Amino acid sequence: MNIVVPIKLVPDLTEELEINDDGTDLERDFLSYRINEFCDHAIEEALQLKEAHGGTVTVLALERDETDKALYTALAKGADRAIKITGVDEAAPTQAAAKVFCQALDGIDYDLVLTGVQAADDRDGQLGAWMSSMLDIPHISVVSSIEATSGGGSDKLLVRKEYAGGVMASFEVSGKGVLGVQAARQMPRYAPVSRVRQIMKEAELEEIEADDVDVSTGTTVRRMFTPEKGEGAEMLDGSAEEIADRIVAIIKEKKG
Amino acid sequence: MSSNILVVAEHVNGTIDDITFELLGKGRELADDGGLAVALLGGGSDLAGQLGKADRVLHVDHPALADFNPQTCAAALGAVIEQARPTLVLVGNTSVGMDLAVAAAVQNKLPLVAYATDIVIENGKTVATSQLYGGKVYAESVIDKDAGIVSVLAGSFPTDAGRSDGTPEVVAVTAPDGLDGGTVTFKGLIKPEGGDVDITQHEVLVAVGRGIQNKDNIPLTEELATALGGVVCSSRPIVDNKWLPKTRQVGKSGLKVKPKIYVMLGISGAPEHMEGMKDAELIIAVNTDETAPIFEHAHYGTTEDIFDLVPALTERLQ
Repeated sequence: MNIVVPIKLVPDLTEELEINDDGTDLERDFLSYRINEFCDHAIEEALQLKEAHGGTVTVLALERDETDKALYTALAKGADRAIKITGVDEAAPTQAAAKVFCQALDGIDYDLVLTGVQAADDRDGQLGAWMSSMLDIPHISVVSSIEATSGGGSDKLLVRKEYAGGVMASFEVSGKGVLGVQAARQMPRYAPVSRVRQIMKEAELEEIEADDVDVSTGTTVRRMFTPEKGEGAEMLDGSAEEIADRIVAIIKEKKG
Repeated sequence: MSSNILVVAEHVNGTIDDITFELLGKGRELADDGGLAVALLGGGSDLAGQLGKADRVLHVDHPALADFNPQTCAAALGAVIEQARPTLVLVGNTSVGMDLAVAAAVQNKLPLVAYATDIVIENGKTVATSQLYGGKVYAESVIDKDAGIVSVLAGSFPTDAGRSDGTPEVVAVTAPDGLDGGTVTFKGLIKPEGGDVDITQHEVLVAVGRGIQNKDNIPLTEELATALGGVVCSSRPIVDNKWLPKTRQVGKSGLKVKPKIYVMLGISGAPEHMEGMKDAELIIAVNTDETAPIFEHAHYGTTEDIFDLVPALTERLQ
């Protein structure tokens, strides 16, 4: 089974995000990016499927400041190919990314596309869903289990999709599909830094220049903002002991 | 211009999901008189009868829609939108909705705004507010065209406003061709196994998130929970790591809880978690990241280190 994993790099949410002067987008100068955590799960699930059933794993990413690191890390974990796509604006919508990834798929022999179920910047919907519609193959999101089965001479997938309340549905997928991975069967493996460094010396990333992507979402962001500080929680300060005293008093009052 | 709104109903296991009532309530507020329809894909008259807040139920009935199927339901929704031509389609930003919203956007050539927590109509244009970047940033998007789709995060609107005893008119919509020839087949539902503890039944919950760092620190939080007379629950990453069983997970793909006291240790407050606990009566959040979105929603917060604070709390409560 040949699997393609298009990944998204998203702004690092552990850092403070600022809004640009227009108030319509993030201030993207000096913004640091990292791999979307669900995409990390998609890579892990792809590697697990490859290890169980053979085939290849190809990871695709748009060029951002941490793309090389993310792609070399994927190679260090066991991916066969890593392709960097250049020429797509950082503020491009998800559907533009989907279009570019679909163009790249033209030259790749694949059976299955795994994406992260969602990303923190999907204002216009999720990557996997857009790719499936553009490729005209089915899409299942919130997937947390994928098993390959063979029967009747053809390979099929048994996929579990999660609903609220811990209920899941299972689906059989024959033919190509795009699956939005919520969680891999195990936590994404760790690639030691030494191994990533070694791969950086040995391997080279493939590079593709994106075709002109002219995508309009049909929507306009008129205002982007961060929630006002000072709303919400009353912050408790002081030493751990002082804060503990306050919390105990608050809880006792609530319990009555 | 007029507002004709189509809500996409969700049903799993023969039950209409709460998100549908949230969307019906909001849809009723935004729609013109007589302008609120609901798309019911599969399901029967018992489900249609619960959707009385709408003026019409547009029902597509076909064996391939009996249980939710991303492929057949996307095709059926396309047919409903084609027939109804609404100015606004409301769908949940849920497991079901994420399989339908983009498909409808492509099939029916409509713009889509996802992750919405609020919607207004101004001068005939839909303006949706999305919660982005893990809840740290909001974006107001104007839909440029006269029609569009908004997918709404569960928990954004009250469900009560969407319930009604009224009996809606049911209009049958012809199923599109090809529903039987699909490549995705529904095989069955898997219900969660009962756990040792039912977290929905407890008045005090200590919720553990990524900030707990590793499995060895879980007992520390269990001691606090015991001292408080409650139990430990968690956010998704803790369950993915198998540090706690799935039955302890609160949030979008976990359980919804409504305790009296909810103490959060190292949880940032991403929308997926908030969905499961935002109705807790008293929320106390401990997180070293002072910009964590949880501090917007909690009643009390502190950036004190968990590993200093939790033992001090437990000691005082024992």
